[in-house]
Amino acid sequence: MKKFKPSEEVDFVVIGSGAAGGVMAKQLAVAGFSVVVMEQGAWGAYGHEQDYNKDELINRFPSEEDMLLSDPKTQRNTFRRNANEKAVAGSHNYGCVVGGGTVTYGASSWRHLPWEFDEGSRFGTIQGTGVADWPVSYAEIEPYYTQAEWEIGISGPNLKTPLIAPMSKPYPCKPLPLKSSGALIQKAAEKLNLTVTPNVAAIITEPYNGRSGCINCGACSGYGCQTKARSSSAVALLPIAVATGNCEIRVHSYVREINVDASGRATGVTYFDKANNNQEVFQKAKCVVLSANGTETPRLLLLSKSNRFQQGLANSSGLVGKYLMTGNGGGASGLFSDPLNEYKGAVTGAAVLSYVPNDTKGRGWYGGGRMTARGQMSPIQYGLAGPHGAPSWGAGYKKALIEQANRRLTMVNFISQLPVETNTVDLDPEMKDAWGLPAMRITTTSHENDFKAMQFFIDKSAEILKAAGATQVWTDQVNDSKGGAHARGTARMGNDPKSSVVNKYHRAHDVPNLFVVDGSSFVTGGRNHPTMTISALAYRCADHLVKAAKTGNVTI
Amino acid sequence: MSDSRRNFLLKSFSATSAAWLAANWPAEVAAAEKAQGMGNFTYLTREQAADVDAMAAQIYPTTDTPGAREAQVIYFIDLALVTFAQDKQDIYAKGLADLPSHTGGKAFATLSSDQQIAVLTSIEKTPFFKAVRDHTIMGMFASPQHGGNYKKVGWTQIGYDDSLNFRAPFGAYDKA
Repeated sequence: MKKFKPSEEVDFVVIGSGAAGGVMAKQLAVAGFSVVVMEQGAWGAYGHEQDYNKDELINRFPSEEDMLLSDPKTQRNTFRRNANEKAVAGSHNYGCVVGGGTVTYGASSWRHLPWEFDEGSRFGTIQGTGVADWPVSYAEIEPYYTQAEWEIGISGPNLKTPLIAPMSKPYPCKPLPLKSSGALIQKAAEKLNLTVTPNVAAIITEPYNGRSGCINCGACSGYGCQTKARSSSAVALLPIAVATGNCEIRVHSYVREINVDASGRATGVTYFDKANNNQEVFQKAKCVVLSANGTETPRLLLLSKSNRFQQGLANSSGLVGKYLMTGNGGGASGLFSDPLNEYKGAVTGAAVLSYVPNDTKGRGWYGGGRMTARGQMSPIQYGLAGPHGAPSWGAGYKKALIEQANRRLTMVNFISQLPVETNTVDLDPEMKDAWGLPAMRITTTSHENDFKAMQFFIDKSAEILKAAGATQVWTDQVNDSKGGAHARGTARMGNDPKSSVVNKYHRAHDVPNLFVVDGSSFVTGGRNHPTMTISALAYRCADHLVKAAKTGNVTI
Repeated sequence: MSDSRRNFLLKSFSATSAAWLAANWPAEVAAAEKAQGMGNFTYLTREQAADVDAMAAQIYPTTDTPGAREAQVIYFIDLALVTFAQDKQDIYAKGLADLPSHTGGKAFATLSSDQQIAVLTSIEKTPFFKAVRDHTIMGMFASPQHGGNYKKVGWTQIGYDDSLNFRAPFGAYDKA
């Protein structure tokens, strides 16, 4: 791998190596630019993926080098429901390894539908929310979805229905197996007149781009993939970037500040070098790309205060960290008379698409969601959670645990969440992280509309499970989200510098050579399946950036 | 379980697991190997081990199928307390010291089954009981290489196949 000296001015520093950072690094390096990717996590099993751990106990208690997610004990964060509360220690975390969240995610890869880019003008804004049109149309982004799907490696059904975004090219790989859950949901769908499909996933099902297909091991979400079937940035994109000889991935490099000069241009980044006793290092760069995820991206901007940017970098709008959408869910579970063995196969099974579109008149609330069958819990997880409606230990516990094993079907829903200005990521005034920087503070309460949405999907899940023939059904409580890996909206795109943080090409309105691209760019949240859109936005951003940089002017 | 069986367990950790243990708790694992070689538990005294073993056997009892005792959960717990669950040592120490106050001074392991259940019911909200409960369940369903789930008795009961490589159909409902 090419190595750069920090004093050497590289063309691009990319902060983060996940869904967006991986795309940016690969596209920029292939175009011939020098790139340093800053990753605060470790290598994971990059390049020797067969060594990813599949032992559930080890996965619960990973050693420092094996960690794939951030640790709320070091990457500390606080949480509160609203600005009147004092925030308490939180449990928010995210992918933290070369490849970011794509190393361990469930890999659902749905495109946004065309109307998810102009909900403001199409359906009208809603009081108390920041619902607005994106500065990008579906037609503009469609080619980049296609490019992302084919370069990253996506499997899915090729159906023509208004419930799936129109595609100029089919998915490169056939879909994952429907599983028993999918077969049962399909049975219910026939009775209830619903549209059900296999999941669209960044999991290849047959040999593709030199990688082998999924073997349905079932140790999926939360685990690294030993066969490289999960199309993470670490197997699908970063190796190509590194092979150009133009790209260095620098691990254990925790960026604490994006530096700027007197004219307000970014000059590089300052990071803690873990291998060197957390010494501060300055990496010089012509241009900075920030792709650190929907929570760390705004935090880093807020941490990058200077005389010129006293309320944080790129924050003249005051909107950095605002309009946070963390992602709502909830669902129901049912028991069936015969074994489903849902622990086999990819974590996310079939999807019910019928309630994706907005239907404010019919349903009485704004938004929609995608319903999915979720793989069952692994053995320790199942034992600790315990069987439904039984004691938590003793003979009754054991009897029910054995009886219910493998017979459960759980539906998990991915539901829209309205952007609300008071839902924020900012800096905690008291708590510091393990590096002595102000900890991230998350403040969020969903809009009242979203509670109706969650209840709707919980009820629908129960209805589907009953129609599928479940012998017993129980529902989740409505539970407002607190954080997690689907964070979006915190550096929103827009044409007006007063009401957005970045422009339609992800350039910060206030800093001509700073590009911010990841979930933070989202204007509205879609149906809480963000990754494919993050990838497509990154391809589009990179395309623009390569063209601009080749003329010697990234500020276009 | 014989001392040689315990030694075997420690030595037969898979490469991943041994590396994981050795990387994180080298001194503790070395001490465990030495202690077990001498026929002792690593963290627990023999008396404490008897009580924890009796608790585990009530939490996941032997019925018409094997329970925590057959799964040798006690060895899982003993090793856990010097490795990934080191932070629970104080909870165990305090909980075990407090047990006689619920048993009229008798060793918990010597009580009748009904008496044991009554004692555990009275302490089931305590951090100590919760820790033993969770560790018992982990010991039933973690990979056998961690000391419990002997001969995969836990996995067998819940129909879990650890091959990590499957072809559809997976269950009763997706058969063509």
